[in-house]
Amino acid sequence: MIYKHGVLVVGAGLAGMRAAIEAHNQGVDVAIVSKVYPVRSHSNAAQGGINAALGEGDTWESHGYDTVKGSDYLGDQDAIEILAREAPAAVLELEHWGVNFSRDEAGHLGTRNFGGASQARTFFVADITGQALLQVMFEQLVRVGVRMYNEWFVTSLIEDGGVVRGIVGMDIRSGQLHAIQADAVVLATGGMGRVFEPSTNALINTGDGMAIAYRAGARLMDMEMMQYHPTTLKGSGALLTEGARGEGAYLLNSEGDRFMKTYAPNKLELASRDVVSRAEQTEINEGRGIDNCVLLDCRHLGKDLIMRKLGQIHELALELAGVDIVERPVPVRPGFHYPMGGIKTDVDGKTTLEGLYAAGECACVSIHGGNRLGANSLLDTVIFGRRAGAAASARSRTAGSGAAEGSRLAEVALQQETDRLRALLDRPYVGELAAKVRWDMGVNMVKYCGVFRDEAGLTEMGNLLHSLEDRATRVHVGDKGRVFNTNLTSVLELQFMLDLARAVQLTALTRTESRGAHTRTDYPERDDEHWLRHIQLQYASEGPEIHYTPVTITRWEPQVRSY
Amino acid sequence: MDVQLKVRRQNPEAEGEPYWKEYALAVPDHFTLLDALIQLREEVDETLSLRCSCRSHICGSCGMRVNGHANLACKTKLSDLHTDTVTVEPMGNMPVIKDLVVDLEPFWKKLYSIDPYLQPAGEVPEREYVVPADSMLHLDGVVNCIMCGACVSDCESLSVNPLFIGPTAFAKEYRFVMDPRDAADTQRLMQMNGPGGVWDCTHCFQCVEVCPKDVAPMDRIMAMRKMLVDDGVTEKHNGARRQKAFADLVGRYGRLDESRYLMKSVSMGELAGYAKVGLRSAMRGKLPPLVPHRIPEAARIRRIFERTRSTHRRRFKLHQQAQEGSRV
Repeated sequence: MIYKHGVLVVGAGLAGMRAAIEAHNQGVDVAIVSKVYPVRSHSNAAQGGINAALGEGDTWESHGYDTVKGSDYLGDQDAIEILAREAPAAVLELEHWGVNFSRDEAGHLGTRNFGGASQARTFFVADITGQALLQVMFEQLVRVGVRMYNEWFVTSLIEDGGVVRGIVGMDIRSGQLHAIQADAVVLATGGMGRVFEPSTNALINTGDGMAIAYRAGARLMDMEMMQYHPTTLKGSGALLTEGARGEGAYLLNSEGDRFMKTYAPNKLELASRDVVSRAEQTEINEGRGIDNCVLLDCRHLGKDLIMRKLGQIHELALELAGVDIVERPVPVRPGFHYPMGGIKTDVDGKTTLEGLYAAGECACVSIHGGNRLGANSLLDTVIFGRRAGAAASARSRTAGSGAAEGSRLAEVALQQETDRLRALLDRPYVGELAAKVRWDMGVNMVKYCGVFRDEAGLTEMGNLLHSLEDRATRVHVGDKGRVFNTNLTSVLELQFMLDLARAVQLTALTRTESRGAHTRTDYPERDDEHWLRHIQLQYASEGPEIHYTPVTITRWEPQVRSY
Repeated sequence: MDVQLKVRRQNPEAEGEPYWKEYALAVPDHFTLLDALIQLREEVDETLSLRCSCRSHICGSCGMRVNGHANLACKTKLSDLHTDTVTVEPMGNMPVIKDLVVDLEPFWKKLYSIDPYLQPAGEVPEREYVVPADSMLHLDGVVNCIMCGACVSDCESLSVNPLFIGPTAFAKEYRFVMDPRDAADTQRLMQMNGPGGVWDCTHCFQCVEVCPKDVAPMDRIMAMRKMLVDDGVTEKHNGARRQKAFADLVGRYGRLDESRYLMKSVSMGELAGYAKVGLRSAMRGKLPPLVPHRIPEAARIRRIFERTRSTHRRRFKLHQQAQEGSRV
C-alpha cells in the first residue's frame, strides 16, 4: 500500500507526539508512525524532572547560562536561549494538559535540585516524571485524534535529490511493507543506547531515525559526545535518578569518603554528569571502588522521603540488585545513557535535507553540546518537538503538488525495500547471529568509547568495527515468517547501530581535546583555540565525510569550567 | 541455575493450533524471566515472538502469564518462582497474534472510550492550577499505571462480559475523577454507572493481585461506586441499588434480610423474573423467613455503621469548590 499525509512523524515519544499535536493544531493532515505503542516509548524512563526558570527570582538567563556551562561551551547559544526562554510556557502547558506535578504547601508547583543547576528549577512527578508526561501527551494525542500507525518499523526514507518525500515501513503485525508519502517527515525516534553494552536504555533504542537520516544524506553532529550517567545500577545497568542526589543522597568510595569534594568542591554530588561520572571512574580506576562501583547512599534521607519521592528507584534497587536503599547504600557506576549528538538541525528542527525534520534525542540542535544537564532532555522534547511540528506544517502547507512524482518515487522505494528484506530473509545460515554481533559491538564501544578515551583505543575500535561490519553482512534471519518477526527487525536494527557506532568512533578519534563528556587521556585539556567547533559527518559510500562548523556564541564567552 | 521454560506457542501462518514447547536453559541466578526469554530468542529459537523494551518495569511491553498469572516478564525473577518448570503464556482476555504477542487493539479502544484526557472548565489560568499538594500526590498511585494489560488479562468479569470496560480504563477514569482540575466527573461517573461500568466488577481482586505497579484498579472501581452512591446516582443500575440495600439493611437490623434485600434492590418488573426461583426455593424450604431473626446487639452494629459512614468525599474538586463558593 501507499499512504499519503501532509506531515508524517516517525516516533511517538514526547518529541514525536508533541510535533504531531502541533501539526494537527495547525490544521495539517498529520499521522504518526511508531515501532511500539506510544506509551511504550522511552520518554517514560526519564525519572527526575523537567527544567524551567519559573520560580521566584529565577531567570531564563540563569537557566541558559547553566546549560551553556553544562555543555562545556559546545552548545549553540541561540538554541539554548530558545530552550531557556520557552521552558516556562512549555512546563505550564504540560500542567494545563494534566501532568500532576508535585506541589508545595500552598498548592503551587514545587521544585527539586538537579545537577549543574544554580537554582532548584526542576519540576517533577515523584521519580516518574517522564512517564507522567508521556501519559498526558498520549492523552492529548488521543484527544485531538491523530492517525496512528502503531507497531510499524520504518526501514528507510524516500529521498530523491536531497528532498525527503516519505518513508518505507513494515507493519510488524502483518510483516507487510508499505510506503507513506509526506510533504514533510519529522524524525523523533529517540536514542541509540543499544549501541553500547550495558546502557540505561530500552531495547528499542537502536538509533533508527539517526541511521536512516544519515544514510539518506542528512548530517550527524556532535556524535563524539556520549553521556555516561553517574548512577546506573550494578549488574542490570538500570537508571537510578539524579533526583536521588537532588534530594540529598551522597556518593561514597570504598573508604567511605564523599569523594566529590575533591572533584567539585562547590556542587559536590550535584556537579554536571560528565564531571561526576569522570570522578567515579577515576575513583574506581585508582582502586577506591568496590567491585567496579561506588556507593549511592540514600539512608539519611529517611524512609518517608524515599517512598514518597524516590519510590521507583527504591523498587528497582530492591528488585534488580536486592538492595533496600532505606537500609543500605546501593552500588552504582557510570553507564551509557544519552547521546548529545544526533541529526543536525536548526532551531526549527530542519535538517540538512529538504523535507526532513528531527527533534528530541535523535536530533542535535545543539543545545546539549558536550554534556546535557539533567532534566533538560524532557524540556528539549517538548520545545523542539513543537517547533519541528510547526516548521513541518509550514512546509506541508506550501509544498507544491509533487504528488505524482512522489508517488512514483514511493513505488520505487517500496520495491527496493521489499527486495532488500527478501534478500535478508533468504540469507543462508553460516553461524553469525545478530545478537552476538551487537553484543561484541556494545561491550567494545563501552570499553573504547567510554568515559575515558585515547587514540590507541579508538583506533582499535575502528578496526573492530570493520570486522563487525563484515560479520553483519552474514547475519542470519532464522524466523522466515512475516507475522511479528522480531528476528528480522533486530537484523535491520543492527545495521543502523553499526553506522552510528562508526560515527561515534570516528568523531571521538577526530576531536583531539577533552570537552564535556569526551575525555581524551592523551589530550586532557580543553582546547578552545582549535576545537570550539562542531564535527559533522556526512555519509558517503567510500566512508564518512567530516565537516566542521563553528559554535554559535551569543552572550556567554567560554570560561574555565568548575563546579 | 537451570530452568525449564514451558512456552505456549502459536503461529498464525502455520495455521496451527496453540501448543506447548519446552526449553531447558542454563542462566545466571539473577536472571529475570525476560532475560531468559531474550537469551532463548537470541541463541536457541529466533522464531519466538514477544514484546519487550525497557527491562525495568516502566514501559509495560512484556506482560504475559507466568505460572498462570499475568505479570511483567522483566519483573519476574526466576529464582523467586520456586517451581521446576515455569509456564509462560500470552495474556488472557485478548486474542493471540503470535506466541506471546496479543492483540491490544480492543484494549486501547476501551481506553479511548472513556475520553482519557483532562477536561477542565473555565479559563486556563496564566500560571499553574493551584491545587492541594495532596491531591496531586494522590494521583501518583494511578499515574503509575503503565498500561501493560496484566489486570485486563486476568479480569474475571471481562472473561464473561466483553462489554466490561475493564480495570485499566477504570483506573484511568479514576485518575480524572479525582483530579481537581477535571470538570467532567459527573459525565464520567454517569458513564461508569452504565452498561459495562463499575457495577459489573465481580470483586475478585485479580487486578489488584497481578498489577505490577500497585495501581489497585479494583480499589479505584470501589471508590467510584461509592461516589455514585454518595451522589445519589443509583436509580439506573441494580448494582448500586443492591449495594445501598445491603448497607441499609445491615445498618438497621445488624444482618442481611434477604427478602427485603430483593424487594429493595430490583424493580417490580425484575421482581417478576425472580418468581420462579422464589417458588422453587419455597417448595424446598429454602425461602428466607419473611420476618428475619432479630440479632441481639443490632444497636451496636448501627453505631459502628454511623461511625464508619464515610467522610471520604472527593475532597479536591476545584469546580465543586467554586460552585459551593458561589452558593454561599
